[in-house]
Amino acid sequence: MKNLFAEFGRSIVATLFFAVILCGIYPLVVYGAGKLFFSHQAEGSLLVDKSGTVRGSSLLAQNFTGAQYFHPRPSAAGANGFDASASSGSNLGPTSTNLFAAIAQRISDYRAENNLATNSPIPADAVTASASGLDPHITPANADLQIPRVAKARGISEEQLRKLVEQNTSGRDLGLFGEPRVNVMTLNFSLDTLPGK
Amino acid sequence: MIAHQWLELALYLGALILVTKPLGLYLGRVFDANGKTFLEPVFRPLEKLTYWIFRVDPAKEQGWKQYTFAMLVFSLVSLLFTYAILRLQNFLPLNPQNFPALSEHLAFNTAVSFTTNTNWQSYGGESTMSYLSQMVALTIHNFFSAAVGMAVAAALVRGIARHSAQTIGNFWVDVTRITYYLLLPSCLVFAIFLVSQGMIQNFKPYTSAKLIESQTISVAKTDANGKPVVDAKGNPVMENQTLDTQTIVQGPMASQVAIKMLGTNGGGYTNANAAHPFENPTPLSNFLQMLALLCIGSALTYHLGRETKNQKHGWSVWSAMFAMCLAGVLFCWWAEARGNPIHQQLGVAVADGNMEGKEVRFGIFNSALFATVTTDASCGAVNSMHDSFTPLGGLVPLFNIQTGEVIFGGVGAGLYGMLIFVVLTVFIAGLMVGRTPEYLGKKIESYDVKMVLLAFVILAFIILGFTAWASVSDWGKSSLANQGPHGLSEILYAYTSGAGNNGSAFAGLNANTPWYDTTLGVDMLLGRFGMIIPLLALAGSLARKKIVPASAGTFPVSGFTFVVLLVGTVILVGALTFLPALALGPIVEHFLMLKGNLF
Repeated sequence: MKNLFAEFGRSIVATLFFAVILCGIYPLVVYGAGKLFFSHQAEGSLLVDKSGTVRGSSLLAQNFTGAQYFHPRPSAAGANGFDASASSGSNLGPTSTNLFAAIAQRISDYRAENNLATNSPIPADAVTASASGLDPHITPANADLQIPRVAKARGISEEQLRKLVEQNTSGRDLGLFGEPRVNVMTLNFSLDTLPGK
Repeated sequence: MIAHQWLELALYLGALILVTKPLGLYLGRVFDANGKTFLEPVFRPLEKLTYWIFRVDPAKEQGWKQYTFAMLVFSLVSLLFTYAILRLQNFLPLNPQNFPALSEHLAFNTAVSFTTNTNWQSYGGESTMSYLSQMVALTIHNFFSAAVGMAVAAALVRGIARHSAQTIGNFWVDVTRITYYLLLPSCLVFAIFLVSQGMIQNFKPYTSAKLIESQTISVAKTDANGKPVVDAKGNPVMENQTLDTQTIVQGPMASQVAIKMLGTNGGGYTNANAAHPFENPTPLSNFLQMLALLCIGSALTYHLGRETKNQKHGWSVWSAMFAMCLAGVLFCWWAEARGNPIHQQLGVAVADGNMEGKEVRFGIFNSALFATVTTDASCGAVNSMHDSFTPLGGLVPLFNIQTGEVIFGGVGAGLYGMLIFVVLTVFIAGLMVGRTPEYLGKKIESYDVKMVLLAFVILAFIILGFTAWASVSDWGKSSLANQGPHGLSEILYAYTSGAGNNGSAFAGLNANTPWYDTTLGVDMLLGRFGMIIPLLALAGSLARKKIVPASAGTFPVSGFTFVVLLVGTVILVGALTFLPALALGPIVEHFLMLKGNLF
């Protein structure tokens, strides 16, 4: 019995003592180092416009539906998608009727918006929901297909737009890791700051 | 394109091989109460202070019963600590979003889940947990459960290495040293690196951003009392609303994510876990997260070889793990790259594979690799949604967990899980040649085999028992997101993940119901402690035994034959136990998908 009480007492002390170190000091040190060296990243990589208003984060997609913007991947985050406080994928399985219907609809919309032939293959990322619902990236192939539409809606040349897309494209990290990708958030954000707009 | 991915796979596996020996040697020093490490000047005073506060004599070792008792009491006390914080969250500080307290069943499920290193999540982190709950109630178990898992593995290895001994180490010394000399310093460095990649670490309230393009959304109309308005047929009336803000999650994420990966916990800060762009911002952060979650499990095999003075045995166990890991990665990658023929007929580009529930920066390959290694280990963090994998792609993570997560496995848990199979393999080999089985000079007797089988039977019994119960009950079926065989897979995955202390999910299943929360909580507790207790008993029994000199009839526990037998045992036990259930879930779904059936 004595042993039992001693061990309980020790466990209580251990929990509290470790909590101070591992849940107090440790996160604060990381916080301090982050603030010192990487404050932009530590606070969410925010996109701020000239007036100082926060317009989003370069890492979190917002929805874009107008022809003058590049469209992000479909989203299942929150009731209406793109809810940055409720990240989620669709979690629909490969034999789901709902998923089948959603993809069919997105394909026909995508072809209509971008003036594509009815049998043209569509980049998978353009018609499938991302894992987080907040994927800020699209594939370069997907961006390419959207360039004529955006150029037309904005009245700028496709060439000029293509350059801008390239500026917002990342290759593989260190030339090795991951996939090439176009950041829709920074791309659309910079579209609005183009001269003449 | 493909060449890049093969190169990345080679880099990943190469890095894993390279860290195994140095980290294994380092672990040996950490587990040795008198071991010296290069962190001695920083942490030795803190270590001494800790023993003084805990009133622990570091020179005094414990027998297996005392060790187990200390482990159980500590787990219980820290579980109650977390439960209390979650239930009182609304009264506690650092809750800028004013989240309410968690319900009894969700708090129970979550506290159990984090205590058992499962980190199953019936909730979405960013919409449920205050900063204090994330940083204290959950993170503390990310450290504790990892340290406890490694302590148990260290104790078991001592049991194997020693002979004619009564003790297997001191639980408090093990937990303290693992925390100070391994987990805390590596997490500090890793967390700061993660911030550099774009992970958040702050205490600001959520940021409200003005949308670049405001959107019109359709929402259910409500009357003055906030009740939904319905039309004559009872359908909700919808109205258009303009949406022009986005709420951006903030909080102390990096410090939690570092230990979540390194400790193979896997509980995400956000609902989307390592798929969330904050929680895994770049392919580089992804690569290092994947390496972090497997490196300790890999290094422990080296430690085993060194302690038992049979390095070939350590590498043989490692090779068995490696072979199964590689097979899983290749199979899952192949299945996901082939994609879904039903969607391809609609016009989805065939070369792109199955991108539903995956992120562009990771693509098919890094999603398949992550899914495989997170379930090889008992990590359970996800960078893609397993529920939306093709049937065969989703089979890989499911089967990985059902092997008992012995393919490197969770920190500590992987090694002690694999050692059960090693003992079983030796036992079976002994039966085949008609000799008393020996393992590293110890006779394996009836008591030892009983303990090993107890650990197996518990796992199989709870997974299949709970799955069967849920799949014929209304409470079980009403939570499903998908119908048909995929629905069964969702339930099977949930209880498999719980019992295996993995924590990943076919996340369509709405598990935050009183029934699921409670049954999964029991599932996790039995899966963790139903395995650890017989194992520590085995450790105690092995430590007491005398050494028998090896003879010509001794079955060698290294070399090709042993590796093949070990892999065979793992797959056979997994297959015999779970194949019928798998056949009704993912396997039948695969053939229905090829036929074009929808549910």
